[in-house]
Amino acid sequence: MIQALVLKVITKLMVGFIILFALYVQFHGDYSPGGGFQAGVIFAAAFILYGMVMGLQNVERVLPPWLTHKLMALGVIIYTLVGIYSFFVGYNFLDYGALSPAHPEHGQHYGILLVEFGVGVTVAGVVISIYYAFVNRSKTSKEDE
Amino acid sequence: MDFLPMLIQIFSWVFIVLGSCLMVIGAAGMLRFADFWARLHAASVIESGGMIFLLLGMCLQANDWLIFFKLAFIGLFLFITGPAATHAVAKAALSDQSRKNSTKSAIK
Repeated sequence: MIQALVLKVITKLMVGFIILFALYVQFHGDYSPGGGFQAGVIFAAAFILYGMVMGLQNVERVLPPWLTHKLMALGVIIYTLVGIYSFFVGYNFLDYGALSPAHPEHGQHYGILLVEFGVGVTVAGVVISIYYAFVNRSKTSKEDE
Repeated sequence: MDFLPMLIQIFSWVFIVLGSCLMVIGAAGMLRFADFWARLHAASVIESGGMIFLLLGMCLQANDWLIFFKLAFIGLFLFITGPAATHAVAKAALSDQSRKNSTKSAIK
């Protein structure tokens, strides 16, 4: 492990703010630039930064690889459940009006929020999984040599 | 024009022009300086000096407190992360150089 005291201190300082900014982009996405995809990537960037500076073992203790694989599926399940709910109540697939029949505009607001949350969870899971895959690959290829 | 808005405008544009000058100086230095360390120094002029002055000027231009604080937070975080990134690059280059030197002396 490289001794990088400055980077470690800065990383400890910044990771919380990066995750906070990811949540802001996620849940403020319908009023300002942003949305699920960008939020997921920023969320993943916080963990990738932590992993690059603190080492793979430490970040895998916070977010183990099996959990990122489950997150990928969980986001798609959230997205699909919103759609399936709307056609069980008698609307079209992913018709957000179903979430609040009295006020369709509110329903659309909630629907987009939920769907974007699903997108964000999936994107974060995929990007962190790709990072884990690459880092583990370099580790095993070194052991082969 | 009232006195205070004029003063704010003057300070704002002085900061913006100063920041732009530092950006141009840093860019010229990054292209023209001789070795890696001098170029890194020029790059860090951009990300600390130029960025801080430009954001200060833009803070004074903002007529909304929300925009003012957003710019101030951007400036604060860039002020923390920019020098850290420069430090990381310099440290990596230094350790790489010393590793090369040690392997060279081992070969000799």
